[in-house]
Amino acid sequence: MLLLIPLLPFLGFLINATVGRRWSQGLSGGIATAAMAGAFGVSVAAVWTMLGLEPIGGVRAIDQHVFTWIASSTLEIPFALRLDPLSSIMILVITGIGTLIHLYSTAYMHDETNPDFARYFSYLNLFASFMLILVLGASFPVMFIGWEGVGLCSYLLIGFYYTKQSAADAGKKAFVVNRIGDFGFILGMLILFTAFGTLDFQLLAIQVSQLEVEAGTMAGAGLLTGATLLLFLGATGKSAQLPLYVWLPDAMEGPTPVSALIHAATMVTAGVYMIARNAVLFSHAPFTLEVIAIVGVLTALVAGTIGLVQNDIKRVLAYSTVSQLGYMFLAVGVGAFAGGVFHLYTHAFFKALLFLGSGAVIHALHGQQDMRFMGGLKDKLPITFWTFLIGTIAISGLPPFAGFFSKDEILWKTWSSGHYVLWGLAVVAAFLTATYMFRLLYMTFWGTSRANSAPEHEGTSAHVHGSTGHSAAHPPSGPSAHLHDAPRPMAIALVLLAVGSIVAGFFGVPHALGGHNQIEAFLEPSFHAMTLSGEEVAHAAAVHGDVAIELGLMGLSIAVAIAGILLATALFKNGFGRAEALAAQFSGVHKVLYNKYYVDELYDAVFVQPIKRLSTGALWKVMDAGVIDGIVNGVGLTVRGWSAVLRRVQTGSVRAYAMSIFVGVVAILGYYLWR
Amino acid sequence: MLPEPTLNTYLALSAVLFSIGTAGVFLRRNLITILLSVEVMLNAVNLTFVAVDRFLGTVDGQIIAFFVITVAAAEAAVGLAILIALYRHRETLSPDAFTTLKW
Repeated sequence: MLLLIPLLPFLGFLINATVGRRWSQGLSGGIATAAMAGAFGVSVAAVWTMLGLEPIGGVRAIDQHVFTWIASSTLEIPFALRLDPLSSIMILVITGIGTLIHLYSTAYMHDETNPDFARYFSYLNLFASFMLILVLGASFPVMFIGWEGVGLCSYLLIGFYYTKQSAADAGKKAFVVNRIGDFGFILGMLILFTAFGTLDFQLLAIQVSQLEVEAGTMAGAGLLTGATLLLFLGATGKSAQLPLYVWLPDAMEGPTPVSALIHAATMVTAGVYMIARNAVLFSHAPFTLEVIAIVGVLTALVAGTIGLVQNDIKRVLAYSTVSQLGYMFLAVGVGAFAGGVFHLYTHAFFKALLFLGSGAVIHALHGQQDMRFMGGLKDKLPITFWTFLIGTIAISGLPPFAGFFSKDEILWKTWSSGHYVLWGLAVVAAFLTATYMFRLLYMTFWGTSRANSAPEHEGTSAHVHGSTGHSAAHPPSGPSAHLHDAPRPMAIALVLLAVGSIVAGFFGVPHALGGHNQIEAFLEPSFHAMTLSGEEVAHAAAVHGDVAIELGLMGLSIAVAIAGILLATALFKNGFGRAEALAAQFSGVHKVLYNKYYVDELYDAVFVQPIKRLSTGALWKVMDAGVIDGIVNGVGLTVRGWSAVLRRVQTGSVRAYAMSIFVGVVAILGYYLWR
Repeated sequence: MLPEPTLNTYLALSAVLFSIGTAGVFLRRNLITILLSVEVMLNAVNLTFVAVDRFLGTVDGQIIAFFVITVAAAEAAVGLAILIALYRHRETLSPDAFTTLKW
């Protein structure tokens, strides 16, 4: 049954990739959406079955051995899938939100030609299939199939408008940056295999749990710390963390629903999932956890500050995604694996909602992505506005919306594990989140429409209408002439996700508020090694601190969120005069933030250009043209030189030949006679 | 009365014939003569085969001698045909005239 979950979208991919291009949009989009809905149905059934199982060794899980993938003497890697509480949350998010985004896409992409439309849906289905393999895989190699597969689909979908230079470049950038991370991932995997002889998650966890926890300092770090750090490098690539986050903002060149599905809700969370999946492993390497927490919170801060000043609506959301992913890494870094996954799950709802909402805005404005040329859409796009408002409140962390519970869980776990500095930085990041999200909201929906003041389409920056073919379909004749709210399929997706953004958090109401934090209890078994004796595992994470402090911190984080909102309101609700004055006053800071800390330029100068020079100067002109070509040409020239000498022997005179034969015969006979 | 010939007598005759043939091949400047010299060399070899056979009391060498005669006939036919073609082409039969098959 588990196999059916990734198989259904894969069938959808096969159909759309082969015959879909000849079919109407309704048919190919319908098949793709139906495949996802089917996968969702099977997922629900599978999770239901899993919940009804008796726990074995403290773990409830469904295993399915599909076939033996690699069998080579001692090495045997089965293609095995496993459904446990952690992967069940993941597959429900992927198939559930995936279905909504497919549905949304059927309306969003209607301006594409039929072959492009089918191509889009075939990629999207293929992505879902790989993502499901990633989360269902029972061992590192199977996970790695999905890991690489989603990377491929991400590349294909970022470069969906491949005739546009910036989109093709962004796709390449994503691929290359991810490759750096994957290099670490493979190395980490190999180290684990060498040390433990298995790559099955559960077997690894059982073996590792027998070991001592490694020292938390760099000096005392051992094999596990090395392996987990390498795996974390893989996670920073896939999940867009420092220092490899640079590809995600550029990934916004893809169609907006793709940004929602791949670059917000699912694929980019794979790194968090991978760490949570190997919670036992990472718990035995405290130094790695420390690194993860610090990287996470720094990423949250850096991305949050950049997000404050960007003008492209999708880029703000992209930096927001990077920032929220930083939160998730902070959570797993302080050992709150359940908190990280909980935030992953709530974030999937509201970030998908926000991206789809921004897509509806862009759709209505025929490809305009620059917020400076939006404004006043509150009354014209009511469905989009209200759902977007819900998403914004949810991400800002106001109760009782989903984001509040998950973010507060992370903050509380950070505090209660004694990381006070990280907690402080995370609170600042929460403040930034509220500020830039409400800035986005005000710039887009409040004030008067600035759509007409937009410069001619070709005159604007490359990112302004990066994602769509809409501008081609609707020539820019009076952009505000017909503003239509989201069409029905888009509206359905928005409303359902808005409902999700409100209620998703109720599975994790903390004990301090009289809840039961079901999600933590539900996930807990996934973070421990299976105990063969069936004894109950000692819950190490049970740091139930002072309820009063927890409530106090909760109040503080709400206050911080409100402060962020108020700041955004003061600066952006009624024109941007004050914001511009502030930007002018701190023009240095503004410039650095607006240019994203010049990280792209730095990478270009430090890595890209030297590698280019090395490749051109040494590898191409010396190594390839000189040494390699030299050897090849040298062989030819040597043969030719000797031939020039030797061919003189062939005179063409028959008697000369006869004489040489005679002399030869005499010489051989003479040798045998007188030797 | 000549003495009964021994094997060495035959082999010596054969060596003399073979040397005459070889000298002809190298020294004569007419292709037809060269061809005839080759025939002399072949028959010198035939003589060796038959003589050795006679003294060993076997027939293998005699059979080979018949093969050599057959091949020599064929060779003479083909060789003469080529010579005629060459003569039509160049109006000469000197081997030094035909040296174009070279580098």
